[in-house]
Amino acid sequence: MKPAAFDYIRAEAVDEVLEGLSKEGGNARVLAGGQSLMAMLNMRLARPKVLIDIMRLTELSRIEDRAGAVTIGAGVRQATLLAWPELTRTLPLLALALPWVGHVQTRSRGTICGSLAHADPSAELPLLLVALGGEVHLRSTRRRRRVSASEFFVGMMATARAEDELIEAVSFPAHNGGRCAFREVARRHGDFAIVACAAVATPTGVRLTVGGVADVPMARDWPCLDGSALDDALNGFAHELDARDDVHATARYRRDLVRIIGRDLIGEVLQ
Amino acid sequence: MTRLAAHSRYPVRLSLNDTPVEAEAEPRMLLSDFLRHRIGATGTHVGCEHGVCGACTVIVDGMLTRSCLTLAAQVDGCEVQTVEGLAPSPDRLGILQQAFRRNHALQCGFCTAGILMSLDHYLRRNPSPREADIRDLLSGHLCRCTGYTPIIKAALEAAAELAATTEEKSDA
Amino acid sequence: MAQPAARSASVDVERRPWVGRSIERVEDAALLTGRGRFIDDLGTPPGTLHAAILRSPHAHADIVSIDAEAARRAPDVAAVLTGEQVKAMTSSLVVGVKAPVECWPIATERVRYVGEPVAVVVATDRARAEDAADLIDVNYQPRAAVIDPLAALAADAPVLHDGFPGNLASDRSFSYGNPEQAFAEAAHRFSIDIRYPRNSCTPIETYGVIASYEAAEDAFDVLANFQGPFSIHTVISRALKVPGNRLRLRTPPDSGGSFGVKQGVFPYIVLIGAASRAAGRPVKWIEDRLEHLTASVSATNRATKLSAAVAADGRVLALDWDQVEDCGAHLRAPEPATLYRMHGNLTGAYDIRHVRVRNRVVVTNKTPTGLNRGFGGPQVYFALERLMQRIAIGLDLDPLEVIRRNLVPAGAFPYRTATGALLDSGNYQEAIAKAVEQGKLAELMARREEARAQGSLYGIGFTAVVEPSVSNMGYITTVLTAAERRKAGPKNGAQATATVALDPVGGVTVHVASVPQGQGHRTVLSQVVADVFGLKPQDVRVNTEIDTAKDAWSIASGNYASRFAAAVAGSAKLAAERIAHRLARVAASQLNVEPVDIVFAGGFVVSKRNPENRVAFSRVAALGHWSPGSLPDDAGQTIRETVFWTPPELTAPDDEDRINSSLCHGFIFDFCGVEVDRTTFETRIDRYVTMHDCGTILHPAMVNGQIRGGFAQALGAALYEEYAYAADGSFLTGTFADYLLPTTTEVPEPQIIHMETPSPFTPLGAKGVGEGNCMSTPVCIANAVADALGLEDVTLPLVPAKLAGLTRGPEPEPPAGRSSAKPAREGDRRLHGEGSASVNAAPDQVWAMLLDVTTLQAVIPGCQRVDKVSDTHFRADVTLGIGPVTGRYRADAQLFDLDPPNAVTLRGKAEGALGFGDAEGRITLAPDGKGGTKLHYSYDAAIGGKVASIGGRLLDGATRVIIGQFFAALAHQAGGAPAGGFSLFALLRRLANLFGGRQ
Repeated sequence: MKPAAFDYIRAEAVDEVLEGLSKEGGNARVLAGGQSLMAMLNMRLARPKVLIDIMRLTELSRIEDRAGAVTIGAGVRQATLLAWPELTRTLPLLALALPWVGHVQTRSRGTICGSLAHADPSAELPLLLVALGGEVHLRSTRRRRRVSASEFFVGMMATARAEDELIEAVSFPAHNGGRCAFREVARRHGDFAIVACAAVATPTGVRLTVGGVADVPMARDWPCLDGSALDDALNGFAHELDARDDVHATARYRRDLVRIIGRDLIGEVLQ
Repeated sequence: MTRLAAHSRYPVRLSLNDTPVEAEAEPRMLLSDFLRHRIGATGTHVGCEHGVCGACTVIVDGMLTRSCLTLAAQVDGCEVQTVEGLAPSPDRLGILQQAFRRNHALQCGFCTAGILMSLDHYLRRNPSPREADIRDLLSGHLCRCTGYTPIIKAALEAAAELAATTEEKSDA
Repeated sequence: MAQPAARSASVDVERRPWVGRSIERVEDAALLTGRGRFIDDLGTPPGTLHAAILRSPHAHADIVSIDAEAARRAPDVAAVLTGEQVKAMTSSLVVGVKAPVECWPIATERVRYVGEPVAVVVATDRARAEDAADLIDVNYQPRAAVIDPLAALAADAPVLHDGFPGNLASDRSFSYGNPEQAFAEAAHRFSIDIRYPRNSCTPIETYGVIASYEAAEDAFDVLANFQGPFSIHTVISRALKVPGNRLRLRTPPDSGGSFGVKQGVFPYIVLIGAASRAAGRPVKWIEDRLEHLTASVSATNRATKLSAAVAADGRVLALDWDQVEDCGAHLRAPEPATLYRMHGNLTGAYDIRHVRVRNRVVVTNKTPTGLNRGFGGPQVYFALERLMQRIAIGLDLDPLEVIRRNLVPAGAFPYRTATGALLDSGNYQEAIAKAVEQGKLAELMARREEARAQGSLYGIGFTAVVEPSVSNMGYITTVLTAAERRKAGPKNGAQATATVALDPVGGVTVHVASVPQGQGHRTVLSQVVADVFGLKPQDVRVNTEIDTAKDAWSIASGNYASRFAAAVAGSAKLAAERIAHRLARVAASQLNVEPVDIVFAGGFVVSKRNPENRVAFSRVAALGHWSPGSLPDDAGQTIRETVFWTPPELTAPDDEDRINSSLCHGFIFDFCGVEVDRTTFETRIDRYVTMHDCGTILHPAMVNGQIRGGFAQALGAALYEEYAYAADGSFLTGTFADYLLPTTTEVPEPQIIHMETPSPFTPLGAKGVGEGNCMSTPVCIANAVADALGLEDVTLPLVPAKLAGLTRGPEPEPPAGRSSAKPAREGDRRLHGEGSASVNAAPDQVWAMLLDVTTLQAVIPGCQRVDKVSDTHFRADVTLGIGPVTGRYRADAQLFDLDPPNAVTLRGKAEGALGFGDAEGRITLAPDGKGGTKLHYSYDAAIGGKVASIGGRLLDGATRVIIGQFFAALAHQAGGAPAGGFSLFALLRRLANLFGGRQ
């Protein structure tokens, strides 16, 4: 169980990364924290010809709280963000949910943007980006663009990133003062979610975002609902998610959790 | 920019437990294999090579690191700490190691190195952990022999002892 | 001559023994500082090569061809061995029953389980060996697979081996007492059907083998982290076609856990031995985790129907066992031992005199089974103890009371069970009373009432278990009839061995063939021998490495059946005592006392009556080296003594098939309280109490360590762990993210209570203790969960979704306008879907495209080239990818049921390094009335192989994406637009476009 051979590029400037991606296209993979990619390399599920290591680029390791958004560079590790003193104030939902991402030993290396790039449908970070309506900052030698979370995740492990683009950063809208809540059910602590839910108060009501069920995190905005109206809304949403069976859970179980946890979280947020 | 070609070997230099070491590695060589088979530091063990079991956990530049999910090339120039660096001297065990021995917190000892590294890293930064903190920390490690509870007991005992030692020092 | 060394020091001749104390382990200092010596830590001879193994992605398939030329030509590759080459160099492994069946360590002509070796590549390093393995092109012709043991017995089931007609490897029936009468006369009859799942104790260190063929001597030198039993040595040497004295099998000083599992390394010893012979160099192979989970070894899964004849008061009068044991694809030695290990103990802790048994052994398309902690116990006790709970519920009795009424009477030991076990000692009633009191059962019952009053799902479970240890090497012959046994010759006993030696300065060395994997044998032996010689444990050096070329061993050597404390430690005591006895004669003559007056204490050999009359132990001990002539004539040598010990109680099965399958029988009584979460249906262990009577305790902390470790593994078996297979035989739990071991956040501290009833049959009074909780805990937790949820049947593992499914009522209907969710068949991994599209071309144009090579090349995702075999048969090389997961596949597609230009069926399969897929789709074309075509498709697809076992969580989504790529590209090529509104097609097309251009 050793990786297939690849060239290794240690980038010393962002331009080198972009040039590398431009030249190598789909044959290249960006190596950040490596917590998903390296396992796939070891199992030979992924066989890029070139790995471009971006972790020596200090310009990518910044967290900036500016103009109503928190921008997190591609080199920022999950543990770094979790330890950022402004986190609870600016991104309370992330403060709640980041401890659910993997384990201490993987958060210490894994990056925020790396998890988004990997786009595992059960991972917490894509869910959080969708829940908060964040943006992914993409950059290539051709252009720079920002893609909203709902546009970025297009399928299981598939994103809107073109092959020559680097996820340079991600930005989350800074906290607007509304309540938020997060809950996850996994087989064991630290496992990928069977169902993860985040509820966020919105100016008109509440947004519920669900991960682990569909191919991408799915969000739904509702006005302030309760009682049977909320039950019906959650039931409809649960059925729309196209849940599936696997060795860890059944589709029905997933829908049940969406209905029950969704209701609990919305109750917490709207109370 | 440094580009290392797939099938060639390049020197990797790092500080291992405060001693400079150097050996050659292909780009695809994992840090775990580099430490074990190039440097001969076989105390770090390999249990799954997909980042779950935690046996290969080491500390790179102050970060807990799965050495099976890290390339040797990535740690060129870094400071690496492994289980071989934990004891104060070859004939003496450190406080944490002693607590493990006293509490029978290991049986086969295969997973132990990684667990010790996580605890060493954690206890230096969190001198008075609760049991729940230790359980959360060590949920990133698999042990098949002990049933874990002696490990947790050893960790809490070591924490208390380390805290007492630090107090003594600061009193002095 | 006697000159006591230090008259001033007083010697305490009555000092406290070391045995029974929890001293620190001698093993730990090295392990805690990174200086352990596990197999992959040891150096290899210069020039050693490294092996990688190519494995089957199919559960059942014929190997049509293997093209290994490219691999053989690859740089740094020394050899590539396929089944054909291995077969030419070796003999078939011995099969556990008499049948015309072969068992090779590598597939020959046919693969029978996912992960079965197909080729071995030997290269200068592991990565290069894997590179070359990727170049091997195997052409498989899949066969239908059978996964379930009862389905394997069906008349129309696919047959794995012609020599096992109907997949049945063995079918034996037994009757003890008069079960027919007991069932006929009993007031009640209770039955239970059990499916015990597959799981494994999965040590954190995987298998490792370093093999060297020495051509000059036609001999093999093998280092492997094998654990025994060394009866397997004979299997290996026979397979390698050398006599036993030309197979030198050694073990490394440390082994990273085994729990039985490392017995299963032996087929790889044969394989790597053959590879070394082929390459002419030493070859090393370290199994990786994916290989281990997929294909190392597993405990057996078993289908059991157990019935009990029960009196009105809850007394069980008779049992009727019908066990169907699933040993996987090959019946490897020592199977079907898992089934027969418990044969003497089928009545558990109970006094039940009438037993009927039918034991069938079947083969299925799963990994072959082997040793695993508990070995047959979990399977038996799950049925028996679930049934005891059911009897209690059925008769409206307290479950504990039903257990109590059936226990073997306290005064009845040694007690012969109906099926032949001789229960050596115990007092089960007292043990239960102690546990109830010290474990505060009354408090737990009150807690349940309180929790239930508050609406919680809270339950209590009980289990009483007899834990057998020190296996009778003859129990496996119970699978033969008495006549067959007479023909085969006797097989019985449990030969243990230990050597104690004294060096020229009086140092004591102990060697045993117990092959520990973390159990602390070296520490305990130093205690045992120190006590005999009046020394300190640190004065005694213990070596537990084994070298079959030089050391004392027998077929029973090794670490299994919890035999260390009872058999091996006792043998070391006997060996030390023999030397001590002689040293006493030597010392007696020096001290001018009678030998009976001599004791060993405090580092001296001392006169009991006059403790000041003494001589240093080291002086007496050294004499055999320096001055053998001065030893008393009748003392004999005092340098080295090897003891072989076998208990006379372990006789062969008698003509009525009664078998004393184990020497010692500990007793365990467990109870626990669990709470099941109403939302998630996760089971939380609130309190777990485990009472053990394992005879004399040699090292309390290590005994507790065994209990805690077994408990944690059993908790895993109860709640998390299963080697899961799809109906097509795909293996679904190939990583530690899929096969879930409990971690620190899941495992509580059990309350451990002890009682010590020494075994009269072992030198130290000790019994085994290593496996008990693997037998008692899974069913105890299951009983508690059944109690909490009011369920009649529960199946392990207690997956929350499964419990929710059994407990929750019907699901809320989807809102109007949405079809309700399709009912999913369990284990069905096939994926069905359909979609439609409007295409801006007439049906006959679309039809032409479907049959056109150029179009196909354009629409098949990642297609490099298409070869037209015939007008309706195409072959293609494609690269498919989901995110970063990409692989090359060889695809083969054929068109059927052509109805131009209206409809066609497309049937295809693809095979590559990451696995295989097959799909069938029906495409219909209809004019849309506007010059275009309405295209409709439906499909049915499945993916298997490596990607199924390591990406199962993501598999269905992946399948849909890939199929979508094809149809989206087809529509795109035809200039079509997806049909309006939400459709799978639209989604797939959107996805597929994102892969556009990927190679």
